[in-house]
Amino acid sequence: MIPAPQSDSARLITPTMLVLGLVLATVPLWIARVGLYPYLGIEILIWSLYALAFNLVLGTAGLPSFGHGAYFGIGAYAFGLCQFNVVANLWACLAAAFAVAGLAGALVALFISHRRGIYYAFMTIAFGQIFWTVAIKSHKVTGGEDGLLKIARLPADFGFASFDLAGNVAFYYFVLIVFGIAVIALWRLVHSPYGRVIAAIKQSETRAAHLGYNVWLYKASIFVLSAAVSGFAGGLFAMAQLAAFPDVMSLHQSGYVVMMTLVGGGLVSFWGPVIGVFLFLIARDVIGAMTNAWMLYFGLLFIAVVLFRPEGVAGAIMAAWQNRSLNSMRQQGGTALRLLFGGGRWR
Amino acid sequence: MALIEVSGVHVRFGDRVVLESIDLTVPEGEFHGLMGPNGAGKTTFFNVLTGRVKPSRGSIRFDGEDVTGLSSHRIAAKGVARSFQIMTLFDEFSARENVMVGLPGFRARGFDMRHAAAGDRGFAEKASEILVTVGLADKGDTRAKDLSYGDRRALEIAVALGQGPRVLCLDEPTSGLGSDGVQRLATLVGRLKGKLTIVAIEHDMEFLFSLADRISVIHWGQVVARGAPHELQQNEWVKRSNLGRFA
Repeated sequence: MIPAPQSDSARLITPTMLVLGLVLATVPLWIARVGLYPYLGIEILIWSLYALAFNLVLGTAGLPSFGHGAYFGIGAYAFGLCQFNVVANLWACLAAAFAVAGLAGALVALFISHRRGIYYAFMTIAFGQIFWTVAIKSHKVTGGEDGLLKIARLPADFGFASFDLAGNVAFYYFVLIVFGIAVIALWRLVHSPYGRVIAAIKQSETRAAHLGYNVWLYKASIFVLSAAVSGFAGGLFAMAQLAAFPDVMSLHQSGYVVMMTLVGGGLVSFWGPVIGVFLFLIARDVIGAMTNAWMLYFGLLFIAVVLFRPEGVAGAIMAAWQNRSLNSMRQQGGTALRLLFGGGRWR
Repeated sequence: MALIEVSGVHVRFGDRVVLESIDLTVPEGEFHGLMGPNGAGKTTFFNVLTGRVKPSRGSIRFDGEDVTGLSSHRIAAKGVARSFQIMTLFDEFSARENVMVGLPGFRARGFDMRHAAAGDRGFAEKASEILVTVGLADKGDTRAKDLSYGDRRALEIAVALGQGPRVLCLDEPTSGLGSDGVQRLATLVGRLKGKLTIVAIEHDMEFLFSLADRISVIHWGQVVARGAPHELQQNEWVKRSNLGRFA
């Protein structure tokens, strides 16, 4: 199911993408019958896109960003504000979500890109908290704690035809198409020369610098890209929720995307974040229906993964499907985890 | 004109003087050895030469151009490559990819996000050629961290060679190797001699005295002796430390 990076890295569309796409395309046909609801599908897709964007920084670049909710939230607000104050056009508002979150990311990148490891983590938290506070306090712009309400699911207007996205099923298919395009772009990005340089910098900033790479610029750029795509996902989320709330920008929400990515295996696999989102949101609904303390169980799972299974679920699947050694996946995950927090060697 | 001209370089860390008035002129094609006891400042000097540490005073010229205080990536892009005493490889990458990422052509496409890196066979072929020259022909697909210690030492040099440098700075290339390994590295580095300008820090005196055109002895942050290997044998400092016995 999860292909070897060597064989598929040059492909634009991999077999995994096709299979996943086909499965996801059938979701509205059966999701109600298994006791879930179509809206969950939308949420899973949007969070998957967000987690994939987040993993550009965490997994690909090895930089611990713990305030990523800020960019997701900024995208949501930008979508709503564009709709109310600029132009009520789907494409313009999604572009605004992408651009404004990217801009916020660029601002933060200026201050953090010479860091790594725990310093990086703390600074991303600090900036995340600043954005969250601003969102809560600027009542006039963001609606404060009530959020920005009455955001509409704008129609997808192609000039020759316009599609109404107000219904959950129509919106699901819209998000699925967008998700598909984004996955292809991100897959290509992480396997492009740029993506390989980012992966190299993760392993040794010193060596990369002495090979002639401007390490700061690469670290800043991947953060901006990640923030922009997170914001884009946030824009979709504002449409899904018909509102934008400051809560998605809070520290604990930023923590969710870290948990999803690590549990899923984002440190060793492109698909890890997607697997993590599936597990997280389905656990939330299924275990959450039984007990309010569902986070206790997911939290325990998270602790177990970080302590004993740094390869995450994706690592275990890769080991099983591709005849790769589980031990080597585990080592890889462990190394990545150590790189995340034990950094700071360069400078 | 000399390729490398270092004049009056001082480096201070806080109130500690690490390098004091270092001058060094290396003509193109020379193999210049650096020796001296631990903590003498040899690696710091390399760090100054390759832009990791900015000198408090003094200047560094490369091919006539003042490069003092430039960051490491700029100096590297001008054709100064280095290997590391403490091995600094991309451990999760294959040996081939370690070299590939260092190729100037790859660097030129560093911000290319639209094409697959694996789609360009040229990079892989060039990297494989370089692996052949350091004796890692059949290890191209092995992850760097799974290579033997000696192979990793060879890969250190391969990555630097992949940059197509004009100057190769080797920081204790034989560090930690047994006598067979040292022999292998000596053969490898010997083949590069004359083709590249090489500055090498080395503790293995047999290695250094057999390969270097000239040697500078650094002690307490200063150059205390300099000359061709046979001249250094007469040097008091070298005699006293019994370092010249292999020459």
